[in-house]
Amino acid sequence: MAEILVLVDHVDGEVKKVTFELLTLARAHGEAAAVWIGPGYEGAKDKLAEYGAAKVYVAADEELTSYVVAPKAELLAQLVADKSPAAVLVPATGEGKEIAGRLAVKIDSGVLTDVVGLADDFVGEHSIFGGAIVSHAKVSKGTPIVAVRPNSTAPEASPSTPEEEQVSVSLSDAAKGTHVVEKVVQEKGERPELTEAAIVVSGGRGVGGADNFKLIEDLADSLGAAVGASRAATDAGWYPHSFQVGQTGKTVSPQLYVAVGISGAIQHRAGMQTSKTIVAINKDSEAPIFELVDYGVVGDLFQVAPQLTEEIKKRK
Amino acid sequence: MNIVVCVKQVPDTATERKLKSGDKTLDREAADGVINELDEYAVEEALTIKEAQGGEVTVLTMGPEKAADSIRKALAMGADKAVHVSDEALVGSDALSTSYALTQVLKKIGFDLVILGSESTDARTGMLAAMLSERLGVPQVTLANKVEIDGTSIKAQRLTDYGFDRVEATLPAVVSVVEKINEPRYPSFKGIMAAKKKPVEKLAVADAEIDAALVGLTGASTEVVDFADAPPREKGQIVKDEGDGGSKAAEFLASKKFI
Repeated sequence: MAEILVLVDHVDGEVKKVTFELLTLARAHGEAAAVWIGPGYEGAKDKLAEYGAAKVYVAADEELTSYVVAPKAELLAQLVADKSPAAVLVPATGEGKEIAGRLAVKIDSGVLTDVVGLADDFVGEHSIFGGAIVSHAKVSKGTPIVAVRPNSTAPEASPSTPEEEQVSVSLSDAAKGTHVVEKVVQEKGERPELTEAAIVVSGGRGVGGADNFKLIEDLADSLGAAVGASRAATDAGWYPHSFQVGQTGKTVSPQLYVAVGISGAIQHRAGMQTSKTIVAINKDSEAPIFELVDYGVVGDLFQVAPQLTEEIKKRK
Repeated sequence: MNIVVCVKQVPDTATERKLKSGDKTLDREAADGVINELDEYAVEEALTIKEAQGGEVTVLTMGPEKAADSIRKALAMGADKAVHVSDEALVGSDALSTSYALTQVLKKIGFDLVILGSESTDARTGMLAAMLSERLGVPQVTLANKVEIDGTSIKAQRLTDYGFDRVEATLPAVVSVVEKINEPRYPSFKGIMAAKKKPVEKLAVADAEIDAALVGLTGASTEVVDFADAPPREKGQIVKDEGDGGSKAAEFLASKKFI
């Protein structure tokens, strides 16, 4: 069976859930070969085995993570040349897409981004224009490079004993163009990360102020969810920009999305419309968000949200 | 400093966006065209850098006649001149071929800095800046929410999933910006009037030494197989809060096994 390269997404050895999704997807179409770049492999290898990596290419050289994106693409390009994989899968995160883009140029291959499903022959499913259209596309030139949106595949464990191979690349000068001087990890607390969370609770204009976001956080914590915010809320300074869900913010596609005090402007819908189940609380019964919901409560969020939080805690 | 801002004309997200059934490319007639929102932040950043460092801001766009509207917007904001690459041969170009075409133009017109929005609101591939950097062989300073330029050195904050990276490079470089970087200015009346007199150079593929076989649908390395409207969501249940809205929502979540 042909190998499929899967770029492991990790922060200093902590493997992101999307990696397990990609390994699961790769196994359905070939032999999953994980590509590890950077420090921390020893602590993560069991996880890659648990999700069925048949092989792991380990590139631990620190130089590969000291520059922005380019070295990773260079390593992948070399692996493609050496191993002739059937395809390369990367997470459709900001950096993952950039790696895919550079790799595509290097190996002169087509690239599909933000794929939400993969059929035979690497035909990718896309949800475009904010979820209004479902399209399928394929790569017609070179080795398919596919950037897969987090949360679009259910990760399935399938224990394996991966073969390990140390790999390295001598970086070109061009790949060393942008130095990473310092990595700043921002406190994210106990909550899951927004783009990979199974449940997201977001607050919008209706929340009315920064202090009131405590209501949203309480509800999120009762569900083990990530917190998001609409652009109106982040523009008003009530919640940090990095939590913005929407067209100019993050795209999320969780199992459950709870929109609190969010009207559902197109800006916001573009970032959350593909969520599997949508629940909204809003006092305006005409709010466009209600066109999307599986369950909607027309009411005052200051009454409804705390009651919902209490009820969830009681049921746990 | 020679700053080039790449802008893209995209269908307004507030109008209905469609693909054409024939060649499965974007139906540009179906929706109103507007400048890609994130590119406005790129224009603003270019103008800010020019104001501090001196130089000239050139707007570069690739697209049909209609894309001239986006050029005018950027010129009205304060850019000095524009280059509009427009040719039937370019219709249907994917990200890879678009990056090739723009690279040819950038080599022709020259640059110290290329700035663009981190993604477009239509295709949302988020790859163009990285591709341009790769093709041009210059540093990639992308997903920036803060950019400082001093002579030929550039320092930036690059947004990441865990926070941000502080990065450094030297010019020339390709920069992409996210929306929290600045607040784009509104064109003034004076700016709008002045924009009408600013030079816009129009280039066809041959003028920019773009190989027509490598762009458009012929040159695309990806192919749309099919598309259809997303199945409509089943109409959800909507209840009015009668003092028990929270409990009812909890019941719904329990029925779906979320709690």
